[in-house]
Amino acid sequence: MRAFSELFTNIDQTASTNEKIDALVSYFATADEQDAIWCVALLSGRAPRRTVKTSELWEWSGELSGLPVWLQAESYHIVGDLAETISLLLPSHHTNHDYSLHQIIHDLIDLKGKDDAERKKYITHMWQQFNKQELFVFNKFITGGFRMGVSDKIIIKALAKHYNIDENIVAHRLSGGWEARGNTLNALLSNEDGTTDISRPYPFYLAYPLETAPEELGDVSEWQIERKYDGIRGQIIIRNNTLFVWSRGEDLMTEKFVEFHNLVNMLPDGIVIDGEILPMKDGIYLPFHVMQTRIGRKNVTKKTLQDAPLVMVCYDILEHDGVDVRHLSMQERRAILENVINDARSRNNNLPLLLSPVLECNTWQEVTEERTRSRDNHCEGLMLKKKDSEYKTGRRRGDWWKWKVDPLSIDGVMLYAQRGHGRRADLYTDFTFAVWDGDELVPFCKAYSGLTDKEMLQVDAWIKKNTLDKFGPVRSVTPTLVFEIGFEGINPSPRHKSGVALRFPRILRWRQDKTAKEANTKADLMELLNIYGIGKSE
Amino acid sequence: MVTFDNCGIYCAQAGIYIDPWKPVDKAIITHAHSDHAHAGMGTYIAHEHAIPVMRFRLGADIRAQSLAYDEMITINGVKISLHPAGHIWGSSQVRLEYKGEIWVVSGDYKLRHDGISTPFEPVKCHSFITESTFGLPIYNFPPIEEVHGDINDWWTKNKEEGKNSIIAAYSLGKAQRVLTHLDTSIGNIYTHGAVDNINKIYIDTIGTLPHTQRIDSSVNRKEIKGAMIIAPPSALDTPWMRTLQPYKLGICSGWMQLRGTRRRRGADRGFVLSDHADWDQLNTAVKETGAERIYVTHGYKSIYAKWLSTNYGLDATEVETLYTGESEDNNTDTQTKLAQDNESIQ
Ligand SMILES: [Zn+2]
Ligand SMILES: [Zn+2]
Repeated sequence: MRAFSELFTNIDQTASTNEKIDALVSYFATADEQDAIWCVALLSGRAPRRTVKTSELWEWSGELSGLPVWLQAESYHIVGDLAETISLLLPSHHTNHDYSLHQIIHDLIDLKGKDDAERKKYITHMWQQFNKQELFVFNKFITGGFRMGVSDKIIIKALAKHYNIDENIVAHRLSGGWEARGNTLNALLSNEDGTTDISRPYPFYLAYPLETAPEELGDVSEWQIERKYDGIRGQIIIRNNTLFVWSRGEDLMTEKFVEFHNLVNMLPDGIVIDGEILPMKDGIYLPFHVMQTRIGRKNVTKKTLQDAPLVMVCYDILEHDGVDVRHLSMQERRAILENVINDARSRNNNLPLLLSPVLECNTWQEVTEERTRSRDNHCEGLMLKKKDSEYKTGRRRGDWWKWKVDPLSIDGVMLYAQRGHGRRADLYTDFTFAVWDGDELVPFCKAYSGLTDKEMLQVDAWIKKNTLDKFGPVRSVTPTLVFEIGFEGINPSPRHKSGVALRFPRILRWRQDKTAKEANTKADLMELLNIYGIGKSE
Repeated sequence: MVTFDNCGIYCAQAGIYIDPWKPVDKAIITHAHSDHAHAGMGTYIAHEHAIPVMRFRLGADIRAQSLAYDEMITINGVKISLHPAGHIWGSSQVRLEYKGEIWVVSGDYKLRHDGISTPFEPVKCHSFITESTFGLPIYNFPPIEEVHGDINDWWTKNKEEGKNSIIAAYSLGKAQRVLTHLDTSIGNIYTHGAVDNINKIYIDTIGTLPHTQRIDSSVNRKEIKGAMIIAPPSALDTPWMRTLQPYKLGICSGWMQLRGTRRRRGADRGFVLSDHADWDQLNTAVKETGAERIYVTHGYKSIYAKWLSTNYGLDATEVETLYTGESEDNNTDTQTKLAQDNESIQ
């Protein structure tokens, strides 16, 4: 536990990717096998489920610290993180005994099903074994949410370095679901962990946003241009005549996608297709929120199937005839994909798969024009893929670019401010914005990200000076500050006073040049809704 | 005997203010930090080691009377004396006694010994005015020696990686304190001009400090390699800093106890080192005075006052002042209660 908690601190105290990788590599060099695999599991978001309730943590730690509930609450409010607050409030201890990481995790898992007294005894006992740093890490195990600034890419790089294996192989072996308990990294990475998991997806290759003029990418003929769809990125896998559907968040979602269940009979075995899952009716894509509602439902009813039937727009093939084909060029993979889809379609005219059309552009000027037509197609922009590119792992620069359309935007007045959480616990960072409806300000969205650190401090100081009222962590402020809010989509919403709901709203910039009166109106929002909202194409 | 008005803490019987923030005739100054020592007073009374810094910051021509610790003066029947506060060198608690009633205004203080300031001495009184910068139980500072060790280890590691180590510390107090505990065998030590100015005063009036070099235009930046550089927080993110690349930045402050502040300040490393009292020190100090009335100033005022009255049964009140505590960018607003769904207690 000591070594792991030091690893955690070293990672936490640097922003440098290389230093994080180095810290992991030196941890792997000396760590116990079972500790090492748990380290990877925890950092990649595979922490075990919580077995202790928040209320129990407060109660038990309060008994040890002797602090009253109100003071615990005040402390939590300042710190903003449950695990950290409790570790700061508990008396710290110095014992020389070092507990093994995997033993602790196994004990925590085994707490499930034990009675209250036993669980309390274990947790309070452990709380008295650790120094502050270890306490924090231990509490993070209990409360979950352990990722802490370590991306999968960092873990993959560190493992590739330590085991001297290709990063792509590491990435593939680490993806999907695997058990850490009773397993080792050696077994997992050499694919001998006994679970030869036929459901295992490939890591998605993700594109970087294009920040330069497309002309700088060179000859347009070397690029395959496709639309960028606004759905759920997914992989359809058929192995051993069994279907698996993974989403990009690496969730196995096979059950949700009833439409695909018959694919086992339509596609050849040993195949993995990468594409976008979208609702489509009568040949027209439906907006994203239709899909969201559909995914959110527990049961897929006949009516949902009729209202929002799903298809996959396929753009890549990663495995064919049971062979990993990611090293082939985009062009070669595309040819295979076209064959597979066209062949399947010729035998099943209700195939729920479409090919992502390749846009025929002879100049970058034509590409630029296609981009402006994105919203008409319910698309977010274009994808530019190098024709000779392999299918890589994770987000990489160079071969694949996404070229999104500029976000829609509207100027809103700040009405409410709420404290941030965690590392921004003492700053007001979450804002509610409003537009004018006659003389009245109507809230239309919440947004937080987008300001620079300096602006954030300025706005925070302003809020503290211009508070009208405080309720809980929220303050209402004099409607003065104007911000330009960007968003990806707009939908009608009877639940909101403004009548609309925005997709991915964020602050584009602080309009210090505008007074509150110059902000946009509800009528402006309605106009955007009419142009870009639902229903236009039906 | 002592009241609080819009100029500061006032003793009407003696006609004197303590740490006033508006110009008054006579002012006793607990210490030379800018939120406690303001310009424009008719006469200043302060500890002999505080006055040279005040002259440097407020003007050479200020009228000042210096006192040693425990030296007593009497103004209109009020016996006034200064006692070590342990906050920075020359920092004092002010003891006022009139007809047997005793008040102590503690200014800023800490109980731990920093190796530079005269250590804090508890003073018995009836009414005690305390700060509350770190008046929450989440603030439990690690042993000072441990932090000094960490700073030297960090410097060594950075030097091995070919990087400079910059420590952000207040030029008055914190900087000298950090300096004295550096292991000079590791490498060269440089200072920002603001720190160097105060160091000179320290050396002139009190004692020695490790050898340092001021970074001014005469210094060839290429010669600064693997060095330790002490700079005030105001120098962060300035062009001056950028000339010192490659470097690692460490911040020394009590706020570094919180992971969030550490990350938000963009430091490579946060060292929990404060010239203020943490939770345990505050409670010890309050108890040792034997006072029954406690006035709580800058910091987590309302929380700390509530704690003193509910836990120790003291008559504790919060007082509005213009003192700011440890950091200029940390607005610790404690009025709002948490109302969060998944992690809160209620
Ligand atoms: Zn001070
Ligand atoms: Zn102060």
